[in-house]
Amino acid sequence: MKPEKKQILKRLFFSTLYLSTFTFGGGYVIVSLLKKKFVDEYHWIDEEEMLDLVAIAQASPGSVAVNGAIVVGYKLAGIPGIAASVLGSILPPMVIITVISAFYTAFSANVYVAALLRGMRAGVTAVIASVVFDMGRSIVKTRDWINITVMILSFFISCYFQINTIWIILAALLFGIVRTLFSKRRNTL
Amino acid sequence: MIFLSLFLSFFHIGALSFGGGYAAILLIQEQVVDKHQWLTQSAFTDLISIAEMTPGSIALNAATFVGNQMAGLPGAIVATLGCILPSCIFVSLLAWIYTRCRRLSLIQGVLAVLRAIAVALIAKAGVTIMTTAFFSNGTWDFSAGNFQIRMLVFFAVALLLLRKTKLSPILIMTMCGVAEVSAELLSRL
Repeated sequence: MKPEKKQILKRLFFSTLYLSTFTFGGGYVIVSLLKKKFVDEYHWIDEEEMLDLVAIAQASPGSVAVNGAIVVGYKLAGIPGIAASVLGSILPPMVIITVISAFYTAFSANVYVAALLRGMRAGVTAVIASVVFDMGRSIVKTRDWINITVMILSFFISCYFQINTIWIILAALLFGIVRTLFSKRRNTL
Repeated sequence: MIFLSLFLSFFHIGALSFGGGYAAILLIQEQVVDKHQWLTQSAFTDLISIAEMTPGSIALNAATFVGNQMAGLPGAIVATLGCILPSCIFVSLLAWIYTRCRRLSLIQGVLAVLRAIAVALIAKAGVTIMTTAFFSNGTWDFSAGNFQIRMLVFFAVALLLLRKTKLSPILIMTMCGVAEVSAELLSRL
């Protein structure tokens, strides 16, 4: 039985609000929690469709968490659904960072706060190094040598040339389209 | 007009950050540090640490933080809207196409290349953040007083803990911060 629209909107808003307040660890975690809620708990979306919706969320630019909220909102209640779920997912970080931002200006001049932040820079460098290692390994594991070459090449290009990142991304988009169309044609022959 | 530049900058970031939260770091840095000089490189690195420790994607956190610093809460709202608008347009468009033709193979093919690019862009951002963390003046100059050996040690220990234990990244980052505060206290004795 399909619940009425007002109830769906309320659920969407509070689910995304809750998830984006308490979920640390990035978009992919939120997307799997969204699936748990709307597929496994409420049964409002079926499993296979959810997988495709998640693929859309990941393929689109922007934060995966917000994109995930958009696809689920769109699927369940159209444009009002998008509004409800997006609002729910952007409010918590906005409130939290606004508070921190006020404190940052006041406290970052303090020697000990500055030391804390300085030490955390070493920590965040390690976190990013670890992320790069995991993501890089998963690319290498595909044994798709063209993509691996593209990855290494674009790293060196962005390090050694003063090139705006937009060109690297657009080139990759174009390359991906051409490559997919080309390999599809070869498969059908 | 600060509101317009905030909106456009974060629209640019939202429209081009493919491949999840970390991939956006380089784009944010280009806009916020290099182009508009809204934040210094070290304040930007602090922002990445803060974003790691709070819920919400890095781009959304950056939008609120930078918006607040430049133009108060209205600035934060404008920057956040700019950041999510491309997602809303792109994702709904894809979802709309999907509900009509249900073919995603082109998207999947493009996604594979974009994932490879994302690793390269995150690695590049990591190198910049590492430079800020390890060198006082922000350039690769190994003279005493500029190169922070202590930070290299924190980084190595943090990376080891991240890879070999199940401790949360947030806890590990906090430990780095506390270690630096302790070092600061000891140096003042």
